[in-house]
Amino acid sequence: MTALTMKLLSAADASLDASGQEGAANTLVVANTEDPRTLKLEGVTRIDLHFPKFTDGRAYTQAFYLRRRSGFTGEIRATGDVLIDQLVQMERQGFSVAVLRADQNLDFAQKQFDRYRAFYQGDAVTAKPVFSREDNKELTV
Amino acid sequence: MYQYTDFDRQFIRARAAQHRDQLERNLAGTLADDDFRPLRLQNGWYIQRYAPMLRVAVPYGELASRQLRVLARIAREFDHPSKEVFDKAIGTQATWGTTHLPVGYGHFTTRQNVQFNWIPLAKSADVMDLLATVDMHGIQTSGNCIRNITSDELAGVAPDELADPRPFAEIMRQWTTLHPEFAFLPRKFKIAITGATADRAATYWHDVGLHLKHNEAGELGFKVLVGGGMGRTPVIGVTIREFLHWSQIMNYLEAVVRVYNRWGRRDNLYKARIKILVKAEGQRYIDEVEAEYQQIITVDGAPHTITQAELDRVTASFVPPTLDLAAPARNVKVPAERQADYARWLKQNVALHKNPALRSVTLSYKRLGQAPGDADADQLDTAADLADEFSAGETRVTHDQNLLLPWVREVDLPALWQAASHAGLARSNVRLLTDMIACPGGDFCALANARSIPVAAAITERYQDMDELHDLGEIDLHISGCINSCGHHHSGHIGILGVDKDGREWYQVSLGGSDGSPLSGPAIAGKVVGPSFGAGEIPGVIEAVLDTFRLNRDGRETFIDTLRRVGFEPFKLAANSARLLDAHTELHQLPKAEGYARDAQEA
Repeated sequence: MTALTMKLLSAADASLDASGQEGAANTLVVANTEDPRTLKLEGVTRIDLHFPKFTDGRAYTQAFYLRRRSGFTGEIRATGDVLIDQLVQMERQGFSVAVLRADQNLDFAQKQFDRYRAFYQGDAVTAKPVFSREDNKELTV
Repeated sequence: MYQYTDFDRQFIRARAAQHRDQLERNLAGTLADDDFRPLRLQNGWYIQRYAPMLRVAVPYGELASRQLRVLARIAREFDHPSKEVFDKAIGTQATWGTTHLPVGYGHFTTRQNVQFNWIPLAKSADVMDLLATVDMHGIQTSGNCIRNITSDELAGVAPDELADPRPFAEIMRQWTTLHPEFAFLPRKFKIAITGATADRAATYWHDVGLHLKHNEAGELGFKVLVGGGMGRTPVIGVTIREFLHWSQIMNYLEAVVRVYNRWGRRDNLYKARIKILVKAEGQRYIDEVEAEYQQIITVDGAPHTITQAELDRVTASFVPPTLDLAAPARNVKVPAERQADYARWLKQNVALHKNPALRSVTLSYKRLGQAPGDADADQLDTAADLADEFSAGETRVTHDQNLLLPWVREVDLPALWQAASHAGLARSNVRLLTDMIACPGGDFCALANARSIPVAAAITERYQDMDELHDLGEIDLHISGCINSCGHHHSGHIGILGVDKDGREWYQVSLGGSDGSPLSGPAIAGKVVGPSFGAGEIPGVIEAVLDTFRLNRDGRETFIDTLRRVGFEPFKLAANSARLLDAHTELHQLPKAEGYARDAQEA
């Protein structure tokens, strides 16, 4: 079973959140047209990646690059049109915090993580596809 | 066929449960229509002109009899609109001449899937549960994601095959399924794969086309094509890799799709396909893919390398079925007066097989009174029975919208012919003019500019004489109701495209297109003959073009060969001289579908 390890914030929570703030030295706000591999990450503890629409999937690739290629271990935060139905794939691509759109219901979120035992392909968190994983036997019996 | 593991089955059931959850939230008002749309599309649920359409995935076209029977059940029990929906549909369509709308049908598509047109959305979750009982689903049959992978209808049985593409198609199907990074690409992404010398999968017309081949060292791998596509701007795919070792295909495609996800245009729907990116960036795109691929290998550690163990595991599902080749033939004799019909059927509908004792047989779903590729519940059940009796329970949905039986003993051909004849599925028109490709068009599709079904019907009706049809020989006629090109008009020897002028149906005719098969030559888009025609003019235009063919034909030359030898001009002239003084287009007013164009745009 996949687990909900992402931190979910409502828009109101996010504005009160003390872990970092937009414009703070330790936080980068990155447009989804940028190549995050060119960013200087020294001292950065939080990177905000933006979804102008939830159907614009560029930030998924950006998060993958930050985790896999840049080795960024700080917070990656999803902002913008963030809906509960995309949380699982966000987590798989390395997002650690999601600021949900104002109308989203947190009560429905956990259920999305309870559904699939595992996924076929690797992602930013679990690199290998299911057929190459150590725990393949348990998953596929 | 691929044997689902418990993991695969559980995954499909989880997907059905996810759809039910989303549907319930939508019906309860907690998941807005705009937020639900992209989710349901990725399970195959569109809202069309009058009712929802479901597109069921048939991975690389393989369909077992038990699956056909469930599709039959869906046609019988679910593909029925409410009275209110049907009254509105038939009432509206009647104002522009449609007097009949088929209900209770499955429809075979050019991408080897099966569609239903009338299932109420409220019942969609029940249908997904039912499909899951036979390892079926609608995952990624729509939406801006990697779609169902198509293949050669003769995969695994073709005499000209270098290697069976199905194990690779299945491994890639699993890789694409709910890929977290590639669910919201700029636009849809279609992959076709073949392992044969002849291209029966229109690979050059796909976003990615894959050809299995051997390199000089004798290793198996792929030639990789990228950037093909139809639509408003027809483009033939280019070779991005002459040879890629088989084990690296997913690592490589990850690079192809990732660069597309980063660079593909999202500002203009008509410029969002990868073909536009490849055309615009050319070598720069190719270099970036290569650089990304190297990073996947060296930095990421090539995680999606296909292991020999995984290839072996999946390949084990695709061993030929055990057939009793020595068992006596079914005792059926073709009557003397039907010998000519039978000989024609052998010539057109029966193909040679890897195993000399076997044949592949195409059941024709192109006949008068039913739309091309349509099969009602009884016909789906009949196909399942024929598959069980003659083809080890297996069928294939073909790119040309028919069903193929891949494991028929040669000695059983007379019995199969008789049984298929009784079922109305033995018309010997495979690859002939009336074996046309046609989309559902303006009778169903919200985006269509014009109807396809009545045009297909008019041409079918005109060419009922089997002597004439066989004399004309093999011709690809492709009909699309709009520029989205679901009916592949660009690749037809004769292409018909529905266009909208002043709210009326018009049809553009093009000639000389090719899907890339040996009959048609290298893939190319057809050339438009001139201003569009009224619906009533189309049968006359086709007749004039075919008369020009007969006039110029050299012996038994095919239509496409004559066209290429003689040139476009006499055909163009003939088509234009078939115009009527008054095309009576006022009889073909096309009401625009309301509200749901956004669904169709993601078609």
